[in-house]
Amino acid sequence: MTELSSQTDPVVAPNADRPNAFRRFVNQIDTTNAVVLPVLAFLSALIVGTVVIALSDIDQLRDGDIGGIISTIIDAYVALIQGAFLSLNGFNETLVAMTPLLLAGLAVAITFRAGLFNIGGTGQMLMGGMGAVFVGFTMSGPGIIQVPLAVLAGMTCGILYGIIPGVLKARAKVHEVISTIMLNAIAASFVLWLLKTDTFRREGRQDPISKLVNPQGRLPTLFGFLDRPELRAHLGIVIALSAAVFFWWLLERTTLGFEIRAQGANPDAARYAGMRPGHLIITSFAIAGAFAGLAGASEVLGTQGRATQSFAGSIGFDAIAVALLGRSTPIGTVLAAFLFGALQAGGQKMQVETGVPVDLVLILRALIVLFIAAPQLMRAIWRVKAEGAAAAPSFGGWGS
Amino acid sequence: MELELRGITKRFPGVVANDDVNLTIRTGEVLALVGENGAGKSTLMNILYGLYHADEGDITIDGVTQRFESPGDAIAAGIGMVHQHFMLVPVFTVAENVVLGIEPTGFLGKLQRGTANRQVEEFSERYGLGLDPEAMVGDLPVGIQQRVEILKVLFREAKIVVFDEPTAVLTPQEIVEFFKIVESLKESGRGIVFITHKLKEALHVADRIAVLRRGKTVGEADPKDIDELSLAEMMVGRAVQLTVDKAPAQPGDTTLAIKDLHVIGTDGRTQVDHISLDVRAGEIVGVAGVQGNGQSELVEALTGLRMPISGTVTVAGVDITDAGPREVHDADVGHIPEDRQREGLVGAFSVAENMVLTDYHSEPFSSSYRMHWPVAYAKAEELVEQYDVRTPSIAAAAGTLSGGNQQKVIVARELSRDLKLLIASQPTRGVDVGSIEYIHAQIVKERDAGVAVLLVSTELDEVMALADRVVVMFRGRIVANLARGDTNHSEVGLYMAGAKEQEPA
Repeated sequence: MTELSSQTDPVVAPNADRPNAFRRFVNQIDTTNAVVLPVLAFLSALIVGTVVIALSDIDQLRDGDIGGIISTIIDAYVALIQGAFLSLNGFNETLVAMTPLLLAGLAVAITFRAGLFNIGGTGQMLMGGMGAVFVGFTMSGPGIIQVPLAVLAGMTCGILYGIIPGVLKARAKVHEVISTIMLNAIAASFVLWLLKTDTFRREGRQDPISKLVNPQGRLPTLFGFLDRPELRAHLGIVIALSAAVFFWWLLERTTLGFEIRAQGANPDAARYAGMRPGHLIITSFAIAGAFAGLAGASEVLGTQGRATQSFAGSIGFDAIAVALLGRSTPIGTVLAAFLFGALQAGGQKMQVETGVPVDLVLILRALIVLFIAAPQLMRAIWRVKAEGAAAAPSFGGWGS
Repeated sequence: MELELRGITKRFPGVVANDDVNLTIRTGEVLALVGENGAGKSTLMNILYGLYHADEGDITIDGVTQRFESPGDAIAAGIGMVHQHFMLVPVFTVAENVVLGIEPTGFLGKLQRGTANRQVEEFSERYGLGLDPEAMVGDLPVGIQQRVEILKVLFREAKIVVFDEPTAVLTPQEIVEFFKIVESLKESGRGIVFITHKLKEALHVADRIAVLRRGKTVGEADPKDIDELSLAEMMVGRAVQLTVDKAPAQPGDTTLAIKDLHVIGTDGRTQVDHISLDVRAGEIVGVAGVQGNGQSELVEALTGLRMPISGTVTVAGVDITDAGPREVHDADVGHIPEDRQREGLVGAFSVAENMVLTDYHSEPFSSSYRMHWPVAYAKAEELVEQYDVRTPSIAAAAGTLSGGNQQKVIVARELSRDLKLLIASQPTRGVDVGSIEYIHAQIVKERDAGVAVLLVSTELDEVMALADRVVVMFRGRIVANLARGDTNHSEVGLYMAGAKEQEPA
């Protein structure tokens, strides 16, 4: 959507003058689908979450200690919020968790916008991370040269790995869901093998863990000036936010972005208009690979300082939820990544302080996605009226 | 039996589809329900058939209030519906399709084919449908498939039969046959509701005509007292012009030359069978034919959406046989595609974005990789004004406009360039009368400016009204190539049905 095409809004001023920037911004925000439904999904998840918290303390439940249950629920959510925002340390951890989620989320979002489904975030992240970590521990030079090179290497590896499902789809009609899942498995095994080679494996270690990235090759920390080493948030978040801005610029301001959006919204019309579907599929996947590769680079160069076989964790999959929750818009994806990052950071504190297992966070995330996927259910429960055409992120169905 | 719809109101978000509609349907007569697209005809019938529930109002049968929760209730009350898009299983026989859902079964639910065949045969004879119960439905022509649908409805003992745009898919000859069936149903004491936007047919077959406009019943007419023009004005709500004003064509040099073109369809069968056709500058060549006789594939091949097997296509001397859509566009060919929702527009995009959908890649709308949106917006404002597109703003999503205005967006986009050739496929399908007038006038204007126009339409009236030359496609071949002045509806109708073929000149 351009800033002009708010999906449902008929309130736009008549043909005479174009609405000012602020008005256009509000028009875009102020739609049931784009904002209200995700918020309602989040609220619904929190409400169902209370049941999970109550069940997590089965003794209280059995004793019928209603007051105790309620106070546990309140304590848990308070700790969650405190752990996420209300201290510098908590906010720092939120940023750390948010960074790869945002980058990988953009990697999924760009394919959603092109009508494709990229489940390969994990694989692209792994490859990107390996490229970055290799430059990180082999090079020795000033950080100002080494860091950009390592980031670039990560991005390049991500692109190269991302292109594969694109080419397979464009040239051989291989469904991208299948190919990206398979490529994730291949990447995981490949990384495991790499980490056992002498080039990568840390001296004196038998387990698959890479050499440490040179100190000057690490992404600089954000709060370094405070001299508190536990604040590990790093430049990755700046890269991620810049990537989100790039995402917006690409889609709204370039011919390629116009083509990607057209291809995603109506592939037949895109073909009729002379756009080349194969080219767009490959390009979209290349861009997705770049974002995911950056996510991998940011993890190994910033947060972790080395690569293990599981440095990508489940981020590639969580990113799908982030993109869905953010409706594949740049602002939405940033907010969704922030929310998921905050849940993750706050969840740790919640577990420590109240004993409610951190798995609650996973349940909340899953519930959010479930509710997002069921807009009719949300409308029915919260009695929101449907407004205009639904603009759910569209992607090709099975066999398309 | 007398069925009454009283004060039916149905609201959808943002629209009142039916607004206090009153309608009486009696057995033994044909009621035509006419109205433009979006007037609420289909909504009303879906309420009658139990697919929607009215927000207000009642349905009564002989004075007794009915409550239809589902089509099952409507069928039980004696209401049958023949949908525009048939609901048949192509790999089943006629009899199997007819008894589907109420099959005569024997021990352990075994289908009794013999009984089914006998029952279906009997019904078919009684109403003169001439159906073979053992024929496979997928092998039957569309007109016969429609009879299977009719038989399905009769078999469920419908007293009132609703036909939704029944003639859209039929040849002129099949339409004549269809009207005979309608007559015999009427004589058998059934009530018929005939939904259409073709006024000639309503006048021809109906005993009573009810007119819907913007969700309201604006009146009833007796076909004996009213002519097509006043009926059209009743439907649209203002004075309309049904004929196209145009001066005789002044054809120039050949612009489009198609030689021996062979195109294969998606199913691997030959759809365009070695066609040769010339269109000259300043003339409109109309391609008539029943839907599915290769017209779509011909247009796709010409516009670069489908690669021909053999033959050549040139536009003003430039070979575009193997060109893609972009190259065809750059050869100054405008294309109004047959399915605007599927191909012509991106519904989720704004009107402005759709206005540059085929031109976004070139100056002044972009340079190298950057879009120049302010230029595009200015152009869109201009086109919206010039082509009278009714939209709240150029920022409105194209999908939210009415069919006619969506089509005007496409027409504006394609005609605002300097064209050598215009390929217009079904340019007014599903478009309101007012927009039809406008689009036709624009096409004639292009012709008068020296553009060669290839008009493909399954509406024979449209071809006859616009074309300077009429060619008829039947089973992938051109079976007639006639000057408009030398031919008439019934002759073209015969060619369309394949009953006649012109000797190659």
